[in-house]
Amino acid sequence: MSDTTLPPPPAPARRWTTARIAGHGFMGFWILLAGVIGWAIFGDWDSGFLVQYAPRYLNGLTTTLQLVGLAMLFGALLSLPITWARLSSNRLVGALAFGWVYFFRGTPLLAQTFLVYYGAGTFRAEFEALGLWPFFRDAFFCAVFTFSLNTSAYQAEILAGSIRNVARGQREAAAALGLSRYVTMRKIVLPQAFIVSLRPYGNEIILMIKGSAIASIVTVFDLMGETRRIFSRTFDFEAYFWAAVLYLVMVELIRRLWDRIERHLTQHLVRRTDNEA
Amino acid sequence: MSFFKRIALAAAVTVIAVGGAAAQEPAKIRIGTEGAYPPFNFLDASGELKGFDVDIAKALCTAMQAECEFVVQDWDGMIPALQAGKFDAIIASMSITEERLKQVDFTSKYYNTPPAIAVPKDSTLAGVTPEELGSLQLGAQSSTTHSNYAEEKFPDAALKLYPTAEEYKLDLASGRIDAAIDDVVVLSEWLATEEGACCKILGTLTPDPAINGPGAGIAIRQGETELKAKFDAAIEAIRADGTYKTINDAYFQFDVYGG
Repeated sequence: MSDTTLPPPPAPARRWTTARIAGHGFMGFWILLAGVIGWAIFGDWDSGFLVQYAPRYLNGLTTTLQLVGLAMLFGALLSLPITWARLSSNRLVGALAFGWVYFFRGTPLLAQTFLVYYGAGTFRAEFEALGLWPFFRDAFFCAVFTFSLNTSAYQAEILAGSIRNVARGQREAAAALGLSRYVTMRKIVLPQAFIVSLRPYGNEIILMIKGSAIASIVTVFDLMGETRRIFSRTFDFEAYFWAAVLYLVMVELIRRLWDRIERHLTQHLVRRTDNEA
Repeated sequence: MSFFKRIALAAAVTVIAVGGAAAQEPAKIRIGTEGAYPPFNFLDASGELKGFDVDIAKALCTAMQAECEFVVQDWDGMIPALQAGKFDAIIASMSITEERLKQVDFTSKYYNTPPAIAVPKDSTLAGVTPEELGSLQLGAQSSTTHSNYAEEKFPDAALKLYPTAEEYKLDLASGRIDAAIDDVVVLSEWLATEEGACCKILGTLTPDPAINGPGAGIAIRQGETELKAKFDAAIEAIRADGTYKTINDAYFQFDVYGG
Protein backbone atom coordinates (compact mmCIF):
# COMPACT_ATOMS: atom_id res chain seq x y z
CA MET A 1 0.00 0.00 0.00
CA SER A 2 1.36 3.42 -0.89
CA ASP A 3 1.20 6.40 1.44
CA THR A 4 -0.69 8.69 -0.89
CA THR A 5 -4.09 7.14 -1.30
CA LEU A 6 -6.53 9.14 -3.36
CA PRO A 7 -9.91 9.90 -1.83
CA PRO A 8 -12.63 7.69 -3.24
CA PRO A 9 -14.47 9.22 -6.19
CA PRO A 10 -17.79 10.88 -5.28
CA ALA A 11 -20.78 8.60 -5.55
CA PRO A 12 -22.64 9.14 -8.81
CA ALA A 13 -25.89 11.03 -8.34
CA ARG A 14 -28.77 8.58 -8.11
CA ARG A 15 -31.40 9.56 -10.57
CA TRP A 16 -35.09 8.77 -10.45
CA THR A 17 -35.18 6.21 -13.19
CA THR A 18 -38.42 4.48 -14.15
CA ALA A 19 -37.18 1.30 -12.49
CA ARG A 20 -36.46 3.13 -9.27
CA ILE A 21 -39.86 4.81 -9.19
CA ALA A 22 -41.52 1.48 -9.94
CA GLY A 23 -39.46 -0.13 -7.17
CA HIS A 24 -40.64 2.42 -4.62
CA GLY A 25 -44.18 1.96 -5.88
CA PHE A 26 -44.06 -1.80 -5.41
CA MET A 27 -42.45 -1.47 -2.00
CA GLY A 28 -45.18 0.93 -0.92
CA PHE A 29 -47.81 -1.51 -2.16
CA TRP A 30 -46.34 -4.40 -0.18
CA ILE A 31 -46.03 -2.32 2.99
CA LEU A 32 -49.65 -1.24 2.58
CA LEU A 33 -50.74 -4.83 2.04
CA ALA A 34 -48.83 -5.99 5.12
CA GLY A 35 -50.49 -3.20 7.08
CA VAL A 36 -53.96 -4.21 5.90
CA ILE A 37 -53.38 -7.86 6.73
CA GLY A 38 -51.92 -6.92 10.12
CA TRP A 39 -54.92 -4.73 10.85
CA ALA A 40 -57.32 -7.47 9.74
CA ILE A 41 -55.67 -10.08 11.94
CA PHE A 42 -54.97 -7.98 15.00
CA GLY A 43 -58.02 -5.74 14.67
CA ASP A 44 -60.13 -7.83 16.98
CA TRP A 45 -57.76 -10.48 18.12
CA ASP A 46 -59.14 -13.30 20.19
CA SER A 47 -56.27 -13.66 22.62
CA GLY A 48 -58.06 -16.43 24.47
CA PHE A 49 -57.83 -18.71 21.46
CA LEU A 50 -54.15 -19.52 21.68
CA VAL A 51 -54.26 -19.76 25.46
CA GLN A 52 -57.14 -22.18 25.32
CA TYR A 53 -55.68 -24.44 22.64
CA ALA A 54 -51.95 -24.17 23.37
CA PRO A 55 -51.80 -27.61 25.04
CA ARG A 56 -53.41 -29.16 21.96
CA TYR A 57 -50.92 -27.46 19.65
CA LEU A 58 -47.99 -28.51 21.83
CA ASN A 59 -49.26 -32.05 21.87
CA GLY A 60 -49.54 -32.02 18.08
CA LEU A 61 -46.12 -30.41 17.71
CA THR A 62 -44.51 -33.14 19.81
CA THR A 63 -46.16 -35.83 17.72
CA THR A 64 -45.02 -34.18 14.49
CA LEU A 65 -41.44 -33.91 15.77
CA GLN A 66 -41.45 -37.56 16.84
CA LEU A 67 -42.93 -38.62 13.53
CA VAL A 68 -40.42 -36.70 11.44
CA GLY A 69 -37.48 -37.58 13.70
CA LEU A 70 -38.15 -41.30 13.59
CA ALA A 71 -38.90 -41.29 9.87
CA MET A 72 -35.70 -39.39 9.06
CA LEU A 73 -33.64 -41.71 11.27
CA PHE A 74 -35.02 -44.97 9.86
CA GLY A 75 -35.00 -43.48 6.37
CA ALA A 76 -31.32 -42.60 6.73
CA LEU A 77 -30.45 -46.11 7.90
CA LEU A 78 -32.48 -47.64 5.10
CA SER A 79 -30.96 -45.32 2.51
CA LEU A 80 -27.44 -46.69 3.08
CA PRO A 81 -27.97 -50.13 1.51
CA ILE A 82 -30.14 -48.54 -1.18
CA THR A 83 -27.37 -46.09 -2.04
CA TRP A 84 -24.91 -48.93 -2.16
CA ALA A 85 -27.24 -50.83 -4.49
CA ARG A 86 -27.84 -47.73 -6.58
CA LEU A 87 -24.09 -47.38 -7.17
CA SER A 88 -23.54 -51.09 -7.61
CA SER A 89 -22.13 -52.29 -10.90
CA ASN A 90 -24.38 -55.34 -10.64
CA ARG A 91 -27.24 -54.55 -13.00
CA LEU A 92 -29.90 -56.52 -11.12
CA VAL A 93 -29.07 -54.87 -7.79
CA GLY A 94 -28.94 -51.49 -9.47
CA ALA A 95 -32.28 -52.04 -11.18
CA LEU A 96 -33.94 -53.05 -7.89
CA ALA A 97 -32.68 -49.94 -6.17
CA PHE A 98 -33.74 -47.83 -9.13
CA GLY A 99 -37.21 -49.41 -8.95
CA TRP A 100 -37.46 -48.56 -5.25
CA VAL A 101 -36.50 -44.92 -5.80
CA TYR A 102 -38.70 -44.73 -8.90
CA PHE A 103 -41.78 -45.92 -7.02
CA PHE A 104 -41.41 -43.77 -3.92
CA ARG A 105 -40.46 -40.64 -5.78
CA GLY A 106 -43.07 -41.12 -8.46
CA THR A 107 -46.17 -41.60 -6.30
CA PRO A 108 -47.78 -39.17 -3.84
CA LEU A 109 -46.97 -39.63 -0.18
CA LEU A 110 -50.70 -39.48 0.49
CA ALA A 111 -51.34 -42.48 -1.76
CA GLN A 112 -48.48 -44.39 -0.12
CA THR A 113 -49.86 -43.64 3.34
CA PHE A 114 -53.35 -44.81 2.38
CA LEU A 115 -51.90 -47.93 0.76
CA VAL A 116 -50.03 -48.87 3.91
CA TYR A 117 -52.66 -47.84 6.42
CA TYR A 118 -55.83 -49.20 4.81
CA GLY A 119 -53.93 -51.89 2.92
CA ALA A 120 -52.54 -53.28 6.16
CA GLY A 121 -56.07 -53.30 7.56
CA THR A 122 -57.28 -55.76 4.95
CA PHE A 123 -54.40 -58.17 5.63
CA ARG A 124 -55.04 -58.36 9.34
CA ALA A 125 -55.04 -62.18 9.49
CA GLU A 126 -51.71 -62.41 7.68
CA PHE A 127 -50.12 -59.77 9.88
CA GLU A 128 -51.46 -61.45 12.99
CA ALA A 129 -49.87 -64.72 11.88
CA LEU A 130 -46.58 -62.89 11.53
CA GLY A 131 -47.05 -61.09 14.83
CA LEU A 132 -46.89 -57.71 13.08
CA TRP A 133 -50.48 -56.62 13.63
CA PRO A 134 -49.82 -54.58 16.81
CA PHE A 135 -47.39 -52.53 14.73
CA PHE A 136 -49.64 -52.04 11.72
CA ARG A 137 -52.72 -51.53 13.84
CA ASP A 138 -51.30 -48.29 15.16
CA ALA A 139 -51.76 -45.29 12.88
CA PHE A 140 -48.62 -43.57 14.19
CA PHE A 141 -46.44 -46.59 13.39
CA CYS A 142 -48.02 -46.91 9.97
CA ALA A 143 -47.17 -43.26 9.30
CA VAL A 144 -43.58 -43.68 10.54
CA PHE A 145 -43.24 -46.80 8.37
CA THR A 146 -44.53 -45.12 5.21
CA PHE A 147 -42.58 -41.90 5.74
CA SER A 148 -39.38 -43.88 6.39
CA LEU A 149 -39.74 -45.80 3.14
CA ASN A 150 -40.56 -42.63 1.27
CA THR A 151 -37.68 -40.59 2.62
CA SER A 152 -35.25 -43.49 2.22
CA ALA A 153 -35.73 -43.26 -1.53
CA TYR A 154 -35.05 -39.52 -1.57
CA GLN A 155 -32.11 -39.80 0.81
CA ALA A 156 -30.56 -42.62 -1.20
CA GLU A 157 -30.81 -40.49 -4.31
CA ILE A 158 -29.21 -37.51 -2.54
CA LEU A 159 -26.37 -39.63 -1.21
CA ALA A 160 -25.79 -41.51 -4.46
CA GLY A 161 -25.80 -38.26 -6.42
CA SER A 162 -23.27 -36.57 -4.16
CA ILE A 163 -20.97 -39.61 -4.17
CA ARG A 164 -21.06 -39.63 -7.96
CA ASN A 165 -20.30 -35.93 -7.81
CA VAL A 166 -16.86 -36.50 -6.28
CA ALA A 167 -14.38 -36.26 -9.14
CA ARG A 168 -13.23 -39.59 -10.49
CA GLY A 169 -9.62 -38.47 -10.42
CA GLN A 170 -9.65 -38.39 -6.62
CA ARG A 171 -10.46 -42.07 -6.47
CA GLU A 172 -7.83 -42.85 -9.03
CA ALA A 173 -5.29 -40.83 -7.08
CA ALA A 174 -6.20 -42.67 -3.88
CA ALA A 175 -5.85 -45.99 -5.69
CA ALA A 176 -2.45 -44.90 -7.01
CA LEU A 177 -1.38 -44.15 -3.44
CA GLY A 178 -2.39 -47.67 -2.51
CA LEU A 179 -5.29 -46.68 -0.22
CA SER A 180 -7.89 -49.36 0.30
CA ARG A 181 -11.37 -48.82 -1.05
CA TYR A 182 -12.77 -48.50 2.46
CA VAL A 183 -10.27 -45.81 3.47
CA THR A 184 -10.81 -43.99 0.17
CA MET A 185 -14.55 -43.98 0.80
CA ARG A 186 -14.36 -42.91 4.43
CA LYS A 187 -11.56 -40.37 4.26
CA ILE A 188 -11.83 -38.95 0.77
CA VAL A 189 -15.15 -39.53 -0.94
CA LEU A 190 -17.68 -39.34 1.88
CA PRO A 191 -16.42 -36.12 3.52
CA GLN A 192 -16.72 -34.32 0.19
CA ALA A 193 -19.99 -36.02 -0.67
CA PHE A 194 -21.42 -34.97 2.67
CA ILE A 195 -20.80 -31.28 2.00
CA VAL A 196 -22.59 -31.56 -1.33
CA SER A 197 -25.49 -33.48 0.13
CA LEU A 198 -25.96 -31.22 3.15
CA ARG A 199 -28.38 -28.78 1.49
CA PRO A 200 -30.50 -31.46 -0.18
CA TYR A 201 -30.67 -33.27 3.18
CA GLY A 202 -31.93 -30.10 4.82
CA ASN A 203 -34.53 -29.72 2.09
CA GLU A 204 -35.60 -33.30 2.62
CA ILE A 205 -36.16 -32.70 6.34
CA ILE A 206 -38.16 -29.59 5.57
CA LEU A 207 -40.25 -31.45 3.00
CA MET A 208 -40.80 -34.23 5.51
CA ILE A 209 -41.94 -31.79 8.22
CA LYS A 210 -44.52 -30.36 5.86
CA GLY A 211 -45.41 -33.73 4.33
CA SER A 212 -46.01 -35.21 7.77
CA ALA A 213 -49.30 -33.29 7.86
CA ILE A 214 -50.63 -36.20 5.78
CA ALA A 215 -50.57 -38.33 8.92
CA SER A 216 -53.57 -36.36 10.16
CA ILE A 217 -55.72 -38.01 7.47
CA VAL A 218 -55.08 -41.44 8.99
CA THR A 219 -56.17 -40.36 12.48
CA VAL A 220 -52.76 -39.37 13.89
CA PHE A 221 -53.10 -36.26 16.06
CA ASP A 222 -50.00 -34.55 14.76
CA LEU A 223 -49.86 -30.76 14.51
CA MET A 224 -52.22 -30.79 11.55
CA GLY A 225 -54.50 -33.37 13.17
CA GLU A 226 -54.86 -31.27 16.31
CA THR A 227 -55.41 -28.20 14.17
CA ARG A 228 -58.21 -29.89 12.27
CA ARG A 229 -59.74 -30.95 15.57
CA ILE A 230 -59.54 -27.40 16.92
CA PHE A 231 -61.04 -26.07 13.71
CA SER A 232 -63.87 -28.58 13.83
CA ARG A 233 -64.89 -27.23 17.23
CA THR A 234 -64.42 -23.52 16.59
CA PHE A 235 -64.77 -23.04 12.80
CA ASP A 236 -62.15 -20.36 13.37
CA PHE A 237 -59.50 -20.02 10.68
CA GLU A 238 -57.14 -18.72 13.32
CA ALA A 239 -56.58 -22.41 14.05
CA TYR A 240 -54.79 -22.84 10.73
CA PHE A 241 -52.90 -19.59 11.18
CA TRP A 242 -51.20 -20.86 14.33
CA ALA A 243 -50.45 -24.20 12.73
CA ALA A 244 -48.78 -22.38 9.84
CA VAL A 245 -46.74 -20.32 12.30
CA LEU A 246 -45.57 -23.44 14.11
CA TYR A 247 -44.58 -25.18 10.87
CA LEU A 248 -42.75 -22.03 9.84
CA VAL A 249 -40.85 -21.92 13.13
CA MET A 250 -39.78 -25.55 12.71
CA VAL A 251 -38.56 -24.94 9.18
CA GLU A 252 -36.76 -21.74 10.21
CA LEU A 253 -34.94 -23.56 13.01
CA ILE A 254 -33.79 -26.25 10.60
CA ARG A 255 -32.64 -23.60 8.17
CA ARG A 256 -30.55 -21.84 10.81
CA LEU A 257 -29.10 -25.08 12.09
CA TRP A 258 -28.16 -26.02 8.56
CA ASP A 259 -26.42 -22.69 7.96
CA ARG A 260 -24.31 -23.38 11.04
CA ILE A 261 -23.46 -26.92 10.05
CA GLU A 262 -22.51 -25.77 6.60
CA ARG A 263 -20.25 -23.04 7.94
CA HIS A 264 -18.62 -25.60 10.20
CA LEU A 265 -18.08 -28.19 7.47
CA THR A 266 -16.79 -25.77 4.87
CA GLN A 267 -14.28 -23.88 7.03
CA HIS A 268 -11.46 -25.04 4.79
CA LEU A 269 -13.14 -23.54 1.74
CA VAL A 270 -13.63 -20.05 3.17
CA ARG A 271 -11.03 -17.54 2.00
CA ARG A 272 -9.62 -15.85 5.06
CA THR A 273 -9.28 -12.06 4.95
CA ASP A 274 -6.01 -10.37 5.83
CA ASN A 275 -6.98 -8.83 9.15
CA GLU A 276 -7.94 -12.28 10.40
CA ALA A 277 -4.57 -13.73 9.47
CA MET B 1 -62.73 -15.56 11.89
CA SER B 2 -63.25 -11.89 11.35
CA PHE B 3 -60.11 -11.54 9.24
CA PHE B 4 -61.37 -14.04 6.73
CA LYS B 5 -64.87 -12.68 6.94
CA ARG B 6 -63.53 -9.28 5.95
CA ILE B 7 -61.59 -10.73 3.06
CA ALA B 8 -64.62 -12.74 2.02
CA LEU B 9 -66.70 -9.59 2.27
CA ALA B 10 -64.21 -7.68 0.14
CA ALA B 11 -64.22 -10.50 -2.40
CA ALA B 12 -68.00 -10.62 -2.36
CA VAL B 13 -68.25 -6.87 -2.91
CA THR B 14 -65.88 -7.18 -5.85
CA VAL B 15 -67.84 -10.05 -7.33
CA ILE B 16 -71.12 -8.17 -6.96
CA ALA B 17 -69.61 -5.00 -8.39
CA VAL B 18 -68.20 -6.89 -11.36
CA GLY B 19 -70.96 -9.37 -11.95
CA GLY B 20 -73.76 -6.95 -10.97
CA ALA B 21 -76.64 -7.67 -13.25
CA ALA B 22 -76.03 -11.39 -13.56
CA ALA B 23 -76.14 -11.89 -9.79
CA GLN B 24 -79.50 -10.17 -9.50
CA GLU B 25 -81.50 -12.81 -11.35
CA PRO B 26 -83.44 -15.28 -9.21
CA ALA B 27 -80.59 -17.75 -9.45
CA LYS B 28 -80.65 -21.42 -8.74
CA ILE B 29 -80.33 -22.55 -5.17
CA ARG B 30 -77.07 -24.41 -4.85
CA ILE B 31 -77.15 -27.14 -2.24
CA GLY B 32 -74.03 -28.52 -0.64
CA THR B 33 -73.93 -32.15 0.44
CA GLU B 34 -71.23 -34.65 1.31
CA GLY B 35 -72.02 -37.70 -0.79
CA ALA B 36 -70.31 -40.11 1.61
CA TYR B 37 -72.92 -40.69 4.29
CA PRO B 38 -75.25 -43.47 3.20
CA PRO B 39 -78.19 -43.81 3.37
CA PHE B 40 -78.61 -40.06 3.82
CA ASN B 41 -76.39 -38.88 1.00
CA PHE B 42 -74.03 -40.87 -1.18
CA LEU B 43 -72.76 -41.26 -4.70
CA ASP B 44 -74.03 -44.39 -6.42
CA ALA B 45 -72.02 -46.56 -8.77
CA SER B 46 -72.60 -44.18 -11.67
CA GLY B 47 -71.46 -41.21 -9.60
CA GLU B 48 -74.94 -39.81 -9.10
CA LEU B 49 -76.03 -38.31 -5.81
CA LYS B 50 -78.62 -40.41 -4.01
CA GLY B 51 -80.05 -40.71 -0.55
CA PHE B 52 -82.62 -39.42 1.88
CA ASP B 53 -81.08 -35.94 2.14
CA VAL B 54 -80.91 -35.65 -1.62
CA ASP B 55 -84.53 -36.73 -2.13
CA ILE B 56 -85.68 -34.39 0.62
CA ALA B 57 -83.71 -31.56 -0.97
CA LYS B 58 -85.33 -32.25 -4.35
CA ALA B 59 -88.77 -32.36 -2.76
CA LEU B 60 -88.11 -29.07 -0.98
CA CYS B 61 -87.00 -27.47 -4.22
CA THR B 62 -90.15 -28.65 -5.92
CA ALA B 63 -92.21 -27.25 -3.04
CA MET B 64 -90.36 -23.92 -3.28
CA GLN B 65 -90.68 -23.99 -7.07
CA ALA B 66 -86.98 -23.33 -7.24
CA GLU B 67 -84.31 -24.78 -9.45
CA CYS B 68 -81.67 -26.61 -7.45
CA GLU B 69 -78.15 -27.71 -8.13
CA PHE B 70 -76.08 -30.01 -5.94
CA VAL B 71 -72.48 -29.38 -4.97
CA VAL B 72 -70.45 -32.19 -3.42
CA GLN B 73 -68.19 -30.93 -0.65
CA ASP B 74 -65.96 -32.62 1.92
CA TRP B 75 -67.54 -32.66 5.35
CA ASP B 76 -64.70 -30.81 7.08
CA GLY B 77 -65.03 -27.82 4.80
CA MET B 78 -68.82 -27.75 4.62
CA ILE B 79 -69.51 -24.67 6.78
CA PRO B 80 -66.56 -22.61 5.45
CA ALA B 81 -67.68 -23.43 1.90
CA LEU B 82 -71.21 -22.23 2.70
CA GLN B 83 -69.82 -19.02 4.18
CA ALA B 84 -67.59 -18.54 1.17
CA GLY B 85 -70.62 -18.76 -1.08
CA LYS B 86 -69.77 -21.99 -2.86
CA PHE B 87 -73.38 -22.97 -2.27
CA ASP B 88 -76.44 -21.48 -0.56
CA ALA B 89 -77.63 -24.27 1.73
CA ILE B 90 -76.29 -27.42 3.35
CA ILE B 91 -78.57 -30.43 3.23
CA ALA B 92 -76.22 -33.09 4.51
CA SER B 93 -77.61 -34.48 7.77
CA MET B 94 -76.06 -31.61 9.66
CA SER B 95 -77.23 -31.50 13.26
CA ILE B 96 -78.35 -28.17 14.65
CA THR B 97 -75.87 -27.37 17.42
CA GLU B 98 -74.88 -24.34 19.47
CA GLU B 99 -71.35 -24.35 18.03
CA ARG B 100 -72.60 -24.32 14.47
CA LEU B 101 -75.30 -21.73 15.20
CA LYS B 102 -72.48 -19.28 15.94
CA GLN B 103 -71.43 -19.67 12.31
CA VAL B 104 -74.60 -20.36 10.32
CA ASP B 105 -78.38 -20.29 10.64
CA PHE B 106 -80.48 -23.41 10.59
CA THR B 107 -84.02 -24.14 9.47
CA SER B 108 -86.16 -26.32 11.70
CA LYS B 109 -85.10 -29.95 11.77
CA TYR B 110 -86.04 -32.33 8.97
CA TYR B 111 -85.12 -35.50 10.82
CA ASN B 112 -83.74 -36.62 14.16
CA THR B 113 -82.22 -40.00 14.94
CA PRO B 114 -80.11 -41.02 17.94
CA PRO B 115 -76.40 -41.91 17.89
CA ALA B 116 -75.28 -45.49 18.37
CA ILE B 117 -72.14 -47.55 18.87
CA ALA B 118 -71.10 -50.33 16.50
CA VAL B 119 -68.55 -53.01 17.43
CA PRO B 120 -67.10 -56.11 15.75
CA LYS B 121 -69.36 -59.16 16.11
CA ASP B 122 -66.87 -60.96 18.35
CA SER B 123 -66.63 -57.98 20.71
CA THR B 124 -66.97 -58.77 24.42
CA LEU B 125 -68.32 -55.35 25.31
CA ALA B 126 -71.52 -55.54 27.30
CA GLY B 127 -73.01 -52.08 26.88
CA VAL B 128 -72.58 -48.50 25.81
CA THR B 129 -71.47 -47.15 29.18
CA PRO B 130 -68.35 -45.01 29.70
CA GLU B 131 -66.98 -47.81 31.93
CA GLU B 132 -67.31 -50.44 29.19
CA LEU B 133 -65.85 -48.19 26.51
CA GLY B 134 -63.13 -47.04 28.91
CA SER B 135 -59.73 -47.13 27.26
CA LEU B 136 -60.77 -48.51 23.90
CA GLN B 137 -60.01 -47.19 20.43
CA LEU B 138 -63.17 -45.38 19.43
CA GLY B 139 -63.62 -44.14 15.87
CA ALA B 140 -65.80 -41.28 14.64
CA GLN B 141 -66.07 -38.93 11.72
CA SER B 142 -64.39 -35.62 12.55
CA SER B 143 -66.37 -32.38 12.92
CA THR B 144 -69.54 -34.28 13.77
CA THR B 145 -71.83 -34.26 16.76
CA HIS B 146 -70.77 -37.88 17.20
CA SER B 147 -67.10 -37.03 17.61
CA ASN B 148 -68.07 -34.30 20.09
CA TYR B 149 -70.28 -36.80 21.92
CA ALA B 150 -67.42 -39.29 22.15
CA GLU B 151 -65.05 -36.59 23.38
CA GLU B 152 -67.46 -35.46 26.09
CA LYS B 153 -69.00 -38.72 27.22
CA PHE B 154 -66.14 -41.18 26.79
CA PRO B 155 -63.13 -39.05 27.74
CA ASP B 156 -60.98 -42.09 28.57
CA ALA B 157 -61.40 -43.76 25.19
CA ALA B 158 -58.69 -43.17 22.58
CA LEU B 159 -60.65 -41.19 20.02
CA LYS B 160 -59.70 -41.58 16.36
CA LEU B 161 -61.14 -39.08 13.91
CA TYR B 162 -61.71 -39.83 10.24
CA PRO B 163 -62.50 -37.42 7.40
CA THR B 164 -65.42 -39.54 6.16
CA ALA B 165 -67.61 -42.33 7.50
CA GLU B 166 -66.16 -44.71 4.91
CA GLU B 167 -62.80 -44.68 6.65
CA TYR B 168 -63.86 -45.55 10.17
CA LYS B 169 -65.95 -48.35 8.65
CA LEU B 170 -62.79 -49.77 7.03
CA ASP B 171 -60.92 -49.58 10.32
CA LEU B 172 -63.78 -51.10 12.30
CA ALA B 173 -63.98 -53.97 9.82
CA SER B 174 -60.23 -54.58 10.07
CA GLY B 175 -60.38 -54.43 13.86
CA ARG B 176 -58.08 -51.46 14.11
CA ILE B 177 -60.63 -49.69 16.26
CA ASP B 178 -62.76 -51.42 18.89
CA ALA B 179 -65.90 -49.39 18.35
CA ALA B 180 -67.35 -46.65 16.18
CA ILE B 181 -69.92 -44.01 16.99
CA ASP B 182 -72.34 -42.58 14.43
CA ASP B 183 -75.99 -42.11 13.64
CA VAL B 184 -77.91 -45.32 14.30
CA VAL B 185 -79.43 -45.24 10.82
CA VAL B 186 -76.06 -44.83 9.13
CA LEU B 187 -74.59 -47.70 11.13
CA SER B 188 -77.56 -50.02 10.59
CA GLU B 189 -77.55 -49.37 6.87
CA TRP B 190 -73.86 -50.26 6.68
CA LEU B 191 -74.23 -53.36 8.86
CA ALA B 192 -76.85 -54.67 6.44
CA THR B 193 -74.32 -54.62 3.59
CA GLU B 194 -71.63 -57.16 2.82
CA GLU B 195 -68.85 -54.89 4.07
CA GLY B 196 -70.67 -54.37 7.33
CA ALA B 197 -71.08 -58.09 8.01
CA CYS B 198 -68.13 -57.88 10.41
CA CYS B 199 -69.97 -55.85 12.96
CA LYS B 200 -73.07 -55.26 15.02
CA ILE B 201 -74.80 -52.48 16.93
CA LEU B 202 -73.82 -52.56 20.57
CA GLY B 203 -76.55 -50.16 21.53
CA THR B 204 -78.02 -46.74 20.91
CA LEU B 205 -76.97 -43.78 23.02
CA THR B 206 -79.18 -41.27 24.76
CA PRO B 207 -78.82 -38.03 22.81
CA ASP B 208 -77.56 -35.09 24.82
CA PRO B 209 -79.45 -31.96 23.71
CA ALA B 210 -76.37 -29.83 24.41
CA ILE B 211 -74.30 -31.91 21.98
CA ASN B 212 -76.74 -33.46 19.53
CA GLY B 213 -79.19 -30.58 19.32
CA PRO B 214 -82.76 -30.94 18.12
CA GLY B 215 -81.87 -32.89 14.97
CA ALA B 216 -80.59 -32.36 11.46
CA GLY B 217 -81.52 -29.08 9.80
CA ILE B 218 -80.66 -27.15 6.67
CA ALA B 219 -77.80 -24.73 7.21
CA ILE B 220 -77.79 -21.37 5.44
CA ARG B 221 -75.66 -18.27 5.76
CA GLN B 222 -76.47 -16.04 8.70
CA GLY B 223 -78.94 -13.31 8.01
CA GLU B 224 -80.54 -14.87 4.95
CA THR B 225 -83.93 -14.89 6.59
CA GLU B 226 -85.85 -15.03 3.33
CA LEU B 227 -84.23 -18.29 2.23
CA LYS B 228 -84.63 -19.72 5.74
CA ALA B 229 -88.33 -18.89 5.73
CA LYS B 230 -88.75 -20.50 2.31
CA PHE B 231 -87.06 -23.69 3.46
CA ASP B 232 -89.05 -23.79 6.71
CA ALA B 233 -92.28 -23.40 4.78
CA ALA B 234 -91.21 -26.09 2.32
CA ILE B 235 -90.40 -28.53 5.12
CA GLU B 236 -93.86 -27.98 6.56
CA ALA B 237 -95.39 -28.36 3.13
CA ILE B 238 -93.78 -31.73 2.36
CA ARG B 239 -94.56 -32.93 5.89
CA ALA B 240 -98.22 -32.01 5.33
CA ASP B 241 -98.75 -33.31 1.81
CA GLY B 242 -97.24 -36.75 2.39
CA THR B 243 -94.13 -36.29 0.24
CA TYR B 244 -91.96 -36.61 3.33
CA LYS B 245 -93.63 -39.88 4.31
CA THR B 246 -93.15 -41.31 0.81
CA ILE B 247 -89.45 -40.50 0.88
CA ASN B 248 -89.15 -41.73 4.47
CA ASP B 249 -90.75 -45.06 3.59
CA ALA B 250 -88.51 -45.53 0.58
CA TYR B 251 -85.51 -45.60 2.90
CA PHE B 252 -86.66 -46.59 6.36
CA GLN B 253 -89.14 -48.84 8.11
CA PHE B 254 -89.66 -46.24 10.84
CA ASP B 255 -90.22 -42.50 11.05
CA VAL B 256 -86.89 -40.65 11.06
CA TYR B 257 -88.52 -37.31 11.78
CA GLY B 258 -88.47 -38.21 15.46
CA GLY B 259 -90.46 -36.73 18.33
